[in-house]
This record gives sequence, structure tokens and C-alpha cells, in this order.
Amino acid sequence: MQTRFFPSRLETLTEISLFVTQAAEKAGLDDSAVYAIELAVDEAATNIIEHAYQGEDQGEICCTLEIIQEGLKVILQDWGAPFDPLEVPEPTLGVPLERVQSSGLGLFFIRKLMDEVRFEFSDEKGNTVTMIKRKK
Amino acid sequence: MDIGITHYKRCVVVKTQGRVDGSNAPELKVAFKELVDNGHFNLVFDMSEINFMASAGWWVLIDTQKTCKQLNRGEVVLANIDKSIQDSLNLVGMSSYFKAFDDITSAVGSF
Repeated sequence: MQTRFFPSRLETLTEISLFVTQAAEKAGLDDSAVYAIELAVDEAATNIIEHAYQGEDQGEICCTLEIIQEGLKVILQDWGAPFDPLEVPEPTLGVPLERVQSSGLGLFFIRKLMDEVRFEFSDEKGNTVTMIKRKK
Repeated sequence: MDIGITHYKRCVVVKTQGRVDGSNAPELKVAFKELVDNGHFNLVFDMSEINFMASAGWWVLIDTQKTCKQLNRGEVVLANIDKSIQDSLNLVGMSSYFKAFDDITSAVGSF
């Protein structure tokens, strides 16, 4: 298991991606699964910066990676505003183009790309999102 | 972010490199908006050198596609998509919003 802290800045998304993709490759996931994890983590980190911290440089993002037997577990933690995924409206994909809305697109990506996603909030631990991608 | 714009007789090709995420998607948005504001509605997005595209980038393309398709003025098509990016696009159910071509010649020739 390895943990790293990143400043909540959009330009650090590249560093977070590198950290995560190296572990995903080591976990033995194929190229598409590695990309899916990279994308889901990028979306989750972007949501932390833009919604939990409501702007750049307002706190830290803690990223913990654990190679597990079935694949990779990624835990992202922040200490920004409590995040309730149920309050985010579901985007309307699968509908005619003119009705597609941008709201909630990142969260939608995360749920589609990962095999397991769990959101938690506590006063002590802040927001935690735990995501698992399994090998095929 | 370097954004290359090449004008052809019937369409315009937009090309950039590397990662498109929340940090630089606004620059891509400006580039597409300028083209659309100047009456260019037949657009090819050359993705041959893009290795990562977050939802912020896809939203720029969807928003531009909506504008281009209004009144059947034109459309945005994609060229040279990386396989992993294409797989993710299929997984989230967004591939039907764009025609995709294997090479730039076919994409430009589609207009």
C-alpha cells in the first residue's frame, strides 16, 4: 500500500495520474483498465478541487493505492465541504445530443468506469471515495 | 496547450497533444468557440497525439457538436482516437455522439 498527498491544484492532475497508472500497471491490469482508472481518478480529483475545496490551493488530496488480488483499490480523501453524491443530478446520456447536460458528467464517468465506488463522509476523516477496478 | 488549426476547403482540422483535462479544457473551448463564431461548422478533431481526455474535454466537444448540428449546419467528427480512449467512450455510452474515422484523410473527406 502506498500513500501520497497532492496539493489541490488542477495542474497536479498529471502527477496524480502518473502515480495511479504506475500502480495499475503493476497490479496487472490491461491497457483499457489502466486508462479507465486514470480517467476515474482524474474525475474524482477534479471534483475534489472544484466542489469539495471550491477552488485551487484550498487543501490537500490524499491518494492511497492498494494492489489487491483482484486488481487495484484507490482511495481519495479530502477535507473540503461534505460531498453527497446523491445531490448531484445524473447526467442524461443515452438521450438525443441536444438534451445532454454537463452537470454530473465526472461522477457518471467514475461510476461507469470503476467496478466498485463508495463515498463516505465523517467530521474526522473528511470525504473519502473508495474505488476498485478488477482484472477481467 | 498548443492547438493547431488547419483550414481545408470544406472543413477545419483542430489538433492538440497530450492530456486534455480540467486544467486546459478551457483553452480548447476558446479555440472551438472562435471557429464556430466565425461560421466554421464542419470540424475534425485530430486525436492522433492525445493520450488522455477527461470529461471536461468531452464536454467541450459535446457543446460544440450541439452548436454545429443546429439547423444541420455541420458537425464535429473525430479522427485517430487512441484505443483506450475509444474503449472508455464506449463504456460511458458517448460514442454515438460523434462519427469516428481511422485517419485524417477519411475524416476530412467525409465533408
